[in-house]
Amino acid sequence: MKILVCISKTPDTTAKIAFTDNNTKFNEAGVQFIINPYDEWYALVRALELKETIGADVHLITVGGADCDAIIRKALALGGDEAFRINADSADSYYIAAQIAAHAKEKQYDIIFTGKETIDYNGSGIGGMVAELLDLPYVSIAAKFELNGTVATINREIEGGEEICEVSLPVVVSCQKGMAEARIPNMRGIMAARTKPLAVVEPVATDTLTSVVSFELPPAKAGVKLINPDNVGELVKLLHEEAKVI
Amino acid sequence: MSILIFADQAHGKIKKAALEAVQYGSKVAAQLGTTATALVLGPADNAELAALGNYGAAKVLHVADARLQEVESTVYTKIIAEAADKEGAAVIVFPHNFDGKAVAPRVAARLKAGLVAGAVSYPDTANGFVVKKTVFSGKAFANVNITSERKVIALTPNTFPAVAGSGTAAVEAFAPAINDADFKVKVIKTETVSGDIPLTEAEIIVSGGRGLKGPENWGILEDLAKALGAATASSRPVADAGWRPHHEHVGQTGLTVRPNLYVAIGISGAIQHLAGVNGSKVIVVINKDPEAPFFKAADYGIVGDAFEVVPKLTAAVKEFKGQ
Repeated sequence: MKILVCISKTPDTTAKIAFTDNNTKFNEAGVQFIINPYDEWYALVRALELKETIGADVHLITVGGADCDAIIRKALALGGDEAFRINADSADSYYIAAQIAAHAKEKQYDIIFTGKETIDYNGSGIGGMVAELLDLPYVSIAAKFELNGTVATINREIEGGEEICEVSLPVVVSCQKGMAEARIPNMRGIMAARTKPLAVVEPVATDTLTSVVSFELPPAKAGVKLINPDNVGELVKLLHEEAKVI
Repeated sequence: MSILIFADQAHGKIKKAALEAVQYGSKVAAQLGTTATALVLGPADNAELAALGNYGAAKVLHVADARLQEVESTVYTKIIAEAADKEGAAVIVFPHNFDGKAVAPRVAARLKAGLVAGAVSYPDTANGFVVKKTVFSGKAFANVNITSERKVIALTPNTFPAVAGSGTAAVEAFAPAINDADFKVKVIKTETVSGDIPLTEAEIIVSGGRGLKGPENWGILEDLAKALGAATASSRPVADAGWRPHHEHVGQTGLTVRPNLYVAIGISGAIQHLAGVNGSKVIVVINKDPEAPFFKAADYGIVGDAFEVVPKLTAAVKEFKGQ
């Protein structure tokens, strides 16, 4: 059993969001970077649980520069066996998916896990694109993944509930809350991660189909209007007459 | 050339987010001097299909095949790509909902079309084809230029509310070749809470946090939601404690919602919760702690005990609505 987990470097969930260079670049000053939470807490940990229960090689892949090495080492410390960093910097989901697909085609994985989206770009695109490029089935926004031989039973979220589906491996799955419980690397894992293989691979030639022209922040809120708790009728009036939402 | 819109349905009824996508697509079509074709997969009522004309679709392609009741991303992708080729679609529009997220990226990869997912603007064609999308979990926007010949846009629900006009759409049966063998993912069971308004489509949401002290106290929140015609939601600690089902959890690791009105009761407003709600047009916060960070993100606030304030607010809403 071979599992590939796609990971991405993102700013911490509490990072202050600001931009530089005429609003064309994210301001990284003072920002702590982490493994994208959906990739780490759900995709990676579920892969590690499968490794522990049925035995599997867990490979990690990320598309990015040397600044991604720290998060890759953390993923190795959590229990990943091998890592591949495709040495390219791109925000275009097609370009990233094409790099992952090129690697996966060569290695022939049984399961490819991604997080449901990254918390910086919120594209939700990588899993579906990788699946299409590899001509594999795809289950998105999965909250549960069970394996019985080579058949996976997956719960995926739909509006107001869940669908439970079955699919034969190989499969691509995007993961969300419910898949697994977050873990913390232990000292043994951290020490072991130092010697685990991290291969830096040059990208394959691929087109970029989108580019970020600029960023902008939402307009600042005008500030809260406080209403006396003994006069809730005032709030109803404001919601109707001023905000026009009821 | 045309604009193709994937209009997803549930039990034969076109989803609200899909109506918004059809209306958006038809406006993009007008912008580019062409027409909009909606594509509906799975059994659907003919009147439902024709009614897409009210949202600007000139034509509706319908694949009535009962096997398409649920989304199978491989099969859906093949059909949508075939429809895009048939219609000469330059832009393919999806709702950025569960179905759209399952299919839009696949279609984009198949057609080698640039994807903007989570769009919140019409394309700006003055310099390329620039679409604004939310990034950093709603804390900012990116203006993204799609440079490929074909383009895929997934529209964030409740960005441009669908308003029915008057128009007629020609409904055309579409019968692409679909093989049983293509259905790799088989749905064996569906578990949905019937009768509830899906949170991602709700215009008003009443949400509760730990301040409500326990699941037994949710009645006051549900009464307010009922009076407002709202959906109910919860913060993460509440979902984690099992007080409320996971599909009600709103925030960074739960659902991102964009209602017109979000009423937060007993929620302090951690940054991770705000990430899921900061697209709301109006935020009301009810919390007894005047220092709760949520007040900084709110439009209206009441500092007070939820157990006293909420029933009073429910009564005031009922009085306003003449219930």
